[in-house]
Amino acid sequence: MNQFPFLTLLTLVPLVGGALVLAPGREHGKTVRFMALAIAFLVLALAAALSLFFDRTQNGMQFVERAAWAPSLGIQYHLGVDGLGLLMVLLSALVIPFALLSSSAPVANPRLYYSLFLFLEAGLFGTFTAQNFVHWFAFWELSLIPAFFLIKIWGGPRRTAAAVQFFVYTTAGSVAMLIAFVALYNATGSFEFSQIAETVRDGRLGRAALPIFLGVFLGFAVKTPLLPFHTWLPDAYAEAPTGVSMVLTGAMSKMGVYGFLRVLLPIFPEQMRALQTPLLGLAIATIVFSAAAAFSQNDLKRIVAYSSINHLGYCLLGIFVAVQWAEDSAASANEKAAALNGAMLQMFNHGITASALFYFVGLIEQRSGGSRDLHYFGGLRKAAPVFCGLMGITVFASLGLPGLSGFVGEFLIFKGAFALAPWAASVAALGLLLTAIFLLTILQRVFSGPLPENWRAWPDLTNAQRLTAGPIIALIFILGIYPRLLTDLVNPTALAILWPNL
Amino acid sequence: MIAWTIYISLAGAAGLLFVPAAKPCLARRTALLVALAGLVFAIVGVTMIPAGQLTDIVNAPWVPQLGIRFHLAADGISLVLVLLTGIAAVAGVLFSWNIEERANEFFALYFALIGGVYGVFLSFDLFLLFVFYELAIIPKYFLIVIWGSTRREYGAMKLALYSFGGSALVLIGLIAAYVVAGAKTFDLVELARHPFSPGFQTGAFLLVFVGFAVLAGLWPFHTWAPTGHVAAPTGASMLLAGVVMKLGAYGALRVAMTLFPAGLRAWRTEIAFLAVIGIVYGALAALAQRDFKFVIGYSSVSHMGFVLLGLATLRQIGLSGAVLQMFSHGVIAGLLFAVVGRMIYDRVHLRDLERLRPFQLNKALPFAAATFLLAGAASMGLPGFSGFIAELQVLLGAWQSFPTLTILAGAGIVVGAAYTLRALDKAFYAPDTAGPAERPALPPISLPERLGALTLLTATLAVGLFPNILLNLIQPALASPLMRPVWEGGAM
Repeated sequence: MNQFPFLTLLTLVPLVGGALVLAPGREHGKTVRFMALAIAFLVLALAAALSLFFDRTQNGMQFVERAAWAPSLGIQYHLGVDGLGLLMVLLSALVIPFALLSSSAPVANPRLYYSLFLFLEAGLFGTFTAQNFVHWFAFWELSLIPAFFLIKIWGGPRRTAAAVQFFVYTTAGSVAMLIAFVALYNATGSFEFSQIAETVRDGRLGRAALPIFLGVFLGFAVKTPLLPFHTWLPDAYAEAPTGVSMVLTGAMSKMGVYGFLRVLLPIFPEQMRALQTPLLGLAIATIVFSAAAAFSQNDLKRIVAYSSINHLGYCLLGIFVAVQWAEDSAASANEKAAALNGAMLQMFNHGITASALFYFVGLIEQRSGGSRDLHYFGGLRKAAPVFCGLMGITVFASLGLPGLSGFVGEFLIFKGAFALAPWAASVAALGLLLTAIFLLTILQRVFSGPLPENWRAWPDLTNAQRLTAGPIIALIFILGIYPRLLTDLVNPTALAILWPNL
Repeated sequence: MIAWTIYISLAGAAGLLFVPAAKPCLARRTALLVALAGLVFAIVGVTMIPAGQLTDIVNAPWVPQLGIRFHLAADGISLVLVLLTGIAAVAGVLFSWNIEERANEFFALYFALIGGVYGVFLSFDLFLLFVFYELAIIPKYFLIVIWGSTRREYGAMKLALYSFGGSALVLIGLIAAYVVAGAKTFDLVELARHPFSPGFQTGAFLLVFVGFAVLAGLWPFHTWAPTGHVAAPTGASMLLAGVVMKLGAYGALRVAMTLFPAGLRAWRTEIAFLAVIGIVYGALAALAQRDFKFVIGYSSVSHMGFVLLGLATLRQIGLSGAVLQMFSHGVIAGLLFAVVGRMIYDRVHLRDLERLRPFQLNKALPFAAATFLLAGAASMGLPGFSGFIAELQVLLGAWQSFPTLTILAGAGIVVGAAYTLRALDKAFYAPDTAGPAERPALPPISLPERLGALTLLTATLAVGLFPNILLNLIQPALASPLMRPVWEGGAM
């Protein structure tokens, strides 16, 4: 196909940009920041253009680019996006500039900082657009290295332990996945996701299917993360600097969920059906325990980190209920589509709200001179009404208030789940309650009550900060009021994932 | 053309002896020229010689009474390793730029070794191959004993004894094959056609394979490797890990497996088992080391395990992975040793990871930190670097016959990530306890070091991003009439 190579550009621009920002001299910190922002906004414009040209009525891959890479090993350069891919591309393209804008304070060694950020962005785009395992895996791993260094060099006091733990956990998952794909290649002779899915569906893996499934599952479960593979996350998110936490939760955590949708559901529907009950159990445990853990934390950043696990648990709940029956009645088909749609919406909405939450927590930390303890604050609403208003909106979006973006996704997930697996939905609904409690606790502790003497002079949002947060808050409202913007995009993909043969 | 790699190196070695010892600068420049010439010949050879068939370069009688011929030839596998030798030789000279003491002799021995290595990769007469093989080992001993560091006599002696022990096994096996085949020829191609009985193959294979594999770091005969690497001067450890270990692996493939295909079929499970022990044990040992150079030394054992595992798969894809891993490890290990030995040790004279902390190496030597980071990423087998494509092929080949061992090898990769991060962290990024004022000043990274690092990084990245560069050499060679019987039907 001879068309404009949108997707190649999308990965190439940040990659080249990442090299370019290394060029200016050590003293040009401001220039470097400006360059990085310019590149990030250029990429955002590219992603926006991509979504304009995207045909929402089709359910297949679009903007496909293919080239032989190492044909003797089944490795192809193969890019393409469907609704899900585009959604994730848009999310990453939004979160990166938001994260870059989050801190105007000069960082140490700005060239390396911004360069790593852009490499990370390239890794994200590659992961969300590549359709050949090896091509995809290269970017999956590429995103890991910048994230590791961003935590390790610019993180909080326990950064080294957090970064190493993050890296080793993820690598263990990646290697398990790599070996599973080695087995899949041996069985199918292909590294193409779509082709593997087609060949495997006829049951040719036999008894090996289950261990292979578990290998791939492990890779995604660590990344998402799913209980009990989540222990790296709170440390990593809490130690990372604000901008990095925003990207980790806003975009990188979606890599795991994306894998469940792009790889596990199409390739292993049988195994997921067979293991549905334990999988649902894990999703519910993730939801409930992370909510409880968030509730018992005092560190604002850790609370938001656990809430991130919690929200991704809902995505997985939506995905796991959608694999319930081999033969579908028309009614259950609708519920499944709803659940999958909900999961994808939730991915996007969580990306937006969670990065915004980290942004606000970062501002609190900055204003208080480094403290993030819940009990350290109070009554800030009087001192900084705009700040508290905007953060309040984000918190409410995060707990799923109707009219804000978070509601639609969770509603669709629970709509599907209550019909398909009532027991799971009921227990998960308990998690919903806990989620509301711990999020409201933040509002109550930080914003209400008497204003301590030392916070009288707490500065409200500056104009620059209002401009940074404003578009995101607007998006939260727009998507809450008019969710069709996203559902139109993802519904064809959801149907294609559920019924690939139609 | 490609035979000139050997001649120019040996001539260079002889010529360097005539350079006055008082002029180390002249010796270095000559050495660089010789190495570059070798690399140019290697590249020209790669472009001119068809990969898929064995192309004779020279085939003249040498000792006709015994059927010994001066037979040089090349196919894609030889070409890949000749190319590796060319690259490693250039980088090794650049990283030996600071040798002042007896530089002329150092480089003379260096090129004797390089000439021997080129010779092994191009010889198709077993006697000739063996001569070159010994030629490569002897200079090694002197390079370590004269210019080495920590426990150099011990390291050099251990290396020499292991090597000669291995050679003795090889020699017995080869002579047995020569006699059994009628004592008419030492020619590899002709001997490969001789139908040795399966029983003979099983025994002779074991001798020759193990003899060669000692030099490839086969567990439990690997113990020479870490001590030898540590004792050797940087340029020599680069060659030792970069190309000398490949001699063993190449010999195992080219001689043992080609002559006695039935032999490997009998022993492949055992060999795969030892290879995977090597992968995991090497990685765990690397994780436990305090000496920076030992970390890299054990990582070599671990990575060479992938070569041996690839050979034991007896599948085209696994063998292809093994050959590619030889190249890849040659480049990456060279780079790692260059960082540890030349960039760091020659400046701070310390290799203890715990004691490097006050130097704040990431700030003092940012180039070294960046190089180690990239080399470490390559060594972990991250995609985009040559190691990934190599290890991927080995795993692909190993999966069908040895699924459990494949999973264990995967565990080795995870430990690989862990020890690399640990070394990176301790050596470069340990928290700053001393102020900048107390930090000892270190000389900056010199131009030859930068060039050497760039050469090796380019090689691993180019092959990682465009694996076809080498796969187009390796795969046709494996499908050639000489190599096809080695693996075809072997994995049943």
